[in-house]
Amino acid sequence: MNSKFAKKYRYLAYLLIAPSITIVTLFLIYPSLESLYLSFFRSTPFGNRQMYVGFENFQRLLTSPAYWNSLIRSIVFTAVTVFISIASALILAVVTNKKIRGAKIYKSLLIWPFAFSFAFSGIIWGVLMHPNVGLMSYYIQLITTLEFNWINNGTAAFTLIIIASSWRMLGYNFIFFIAALQNVSPTLLEAADIDGASPFTKFWRITFPLISPITFFLLIMNTLQVFFLTFGVVDVLTQGGPARATDIVTYKLFRDAFLSMRTGYASAQSIILFVFVAVITVIQFKYAGEKVFYQ
Amino acid sequence: MKRKKSTTLFIHLFLIISVFLVSFPIIYALMVSTLNIDEVYSSPPKLQFGDNMLNNYREAWQRSNMGKLLFNSAFISITTAVGKIILSLSAAFAFVYFGNFPGKNILFIMILITHMLPLPIRIVPTYQLMDNLGWLDTYYALTIPFFASATGVLLFKQFYMTVPESLLEASLMDGITPLRFLWSILIPLSKSNIVALFTIEFIWVWNQYLWPLVTTNSARVRVVQIGLKMLIPSDAQPEWNVIMAALIMGVIPPLLVYLTLQKSLVEGFAMQQDK
Repeated sequence: MNSKFAKKYRYLAYLLIAPSITIVTLFLIYPSLESLYLSFFRSTPFGNRQMYVGFENFQRLLTSPAYWNSLIRSIVFTAVTVFISIASALILAVVTNKKIRGAKIYKSLLIWPFAFSFAFSGIIWGVLMHPNVGLMSYYIQLITTLEFNWINNGTAAFTLIIIASSWRMLGYNFIFFIAALQNVSPTLLEAADIDGASPFTKFWRITFPLISPITFFLLIMNTLQVFFLTFGVVDVLTQGGPARATDIVTYKLFRDAFLSMRTGYASAQSIILFVFVAVITVIQFKYAGEKVFYQ
Repeated sequence: MKRKKSTTLFIHLFLIISVFLVSFPIIYALMVSTLNIDEVYSSPPKLQFGDNMLNNYREAWQRSNMGKLLFNSAFISITTAVGKIILSLSAAFAFVYFGNFPGKNILFIMILITHMLPLPIRIVPTYQLMDNLGWLDTYYALTIPFFASATGVLLFKQFYMTVPESLLEASLMDGITPLRFLWSILIPLSKSNIVALFTIEFIWVWNQYLWPLVTTNSARVRVVQIGLKMLIPSDAQPEWNVIMAALIMGVIPPLLVYLTLQKSLVEGFAMQQDK
């Protein structure tokens, strides 16, 4: 942009940015640095005294089987949830984007879950799959004779939080894909039709490359959201159990910080989580550059 | 475009099944919210609407103090969404229309960096900060720390950059001041972006869980998400019919916001794509 406001208004630019910067500094950057600082301390069992312990918190975490369990489960949980919700949202968006009757109605009925929180989604699916009252668990048992008991069985509980989170993310991803597909030029697809391209060829050669920036964007956003924001699902359903099968990193962090009051130990976990975010961010910039973000 | 009839039929069948699978949990929640407690615990589980709806909703409303929960959630969601919109559209305006002023890049990076600092990374110190400020158990803790938005700044910045430069040139010739340009030209143009951001942020804040869980304690500021969790007893048989009734009431506001603003939401994002 070449034209701009005169230099005498420069003070105004700072003034307009100041509120955002104040909030960011005070409530985001400063507390994050404080997390780093606290991660080198241990709170004494009685009273509020903090003891400097160097890297002890990190050492204890990285040698703790409970923490590795939590990390690995979170990563698997995130990967599976992100894959399911993006793949199904993409398929549904492509199909509803075809010129068919009632496409609008289908679309609006598929976006629903977006309005539900992870906690609400957890409650609904928890009841649907409940070993005593659940309709779905009842029929699963009737048909397969397998018992889906998420209250006692770790695998069932882990599956349940994946289902509840995927359902919620599906609506979110669907909205973005629909918006992206609206920009895929119909003439391009019609030209391909004239050349006799099959629907699969059209999808992989035309549609998919055109919407790959948004797919990549969703991949990043979903990974962060599922990894960090699914706390609610676990808190309303399993509280990390049974036998720590759903003890995802944010839940463990919450327990250590606010139930056991081990602030140093919890802050060290925060810093490890930051490493995770940093890795995702590097991937994002490396493979997409800034551009994908805004597109 | 011609398509075989059988293909069209197949597409409809596929979509009907998908819609059913996606919507079924919600229909089921609605059904459970109309049953009485014996029907909830009957075996095999009932797949039908009961006639205890009114009782369940009345009970849920009273037991959870739903009026207050809805008010609190609505208040913090609207305040935060509006706060984010105002702060991010003014910051984006400054980044686009004032040339290269000293410190511009570093300030922009500081705002972008918030993408890298989700709550769990700073939850202990932010909680302590709320404590020191005396903000625990108040609306302040639930709103002000969330007023900055990297997404919002990016969204508006991107949009302003697509606004034709001639518009600014013509306005400059008329001797327009920056704030007047923002207020009477840019903001009206940004309408669908504003609405899109409002929808996303309203639902986002409405559905927040971890932060209200750790910073609020009293019914005065309790939000829907936490109020609902408190309906589930840890030691007794939960009354799922009452809980589902509360859940349905608690999801209506975000759903309404979404349905009302749906068109602008998709338009707002579509415009971002349109380059």
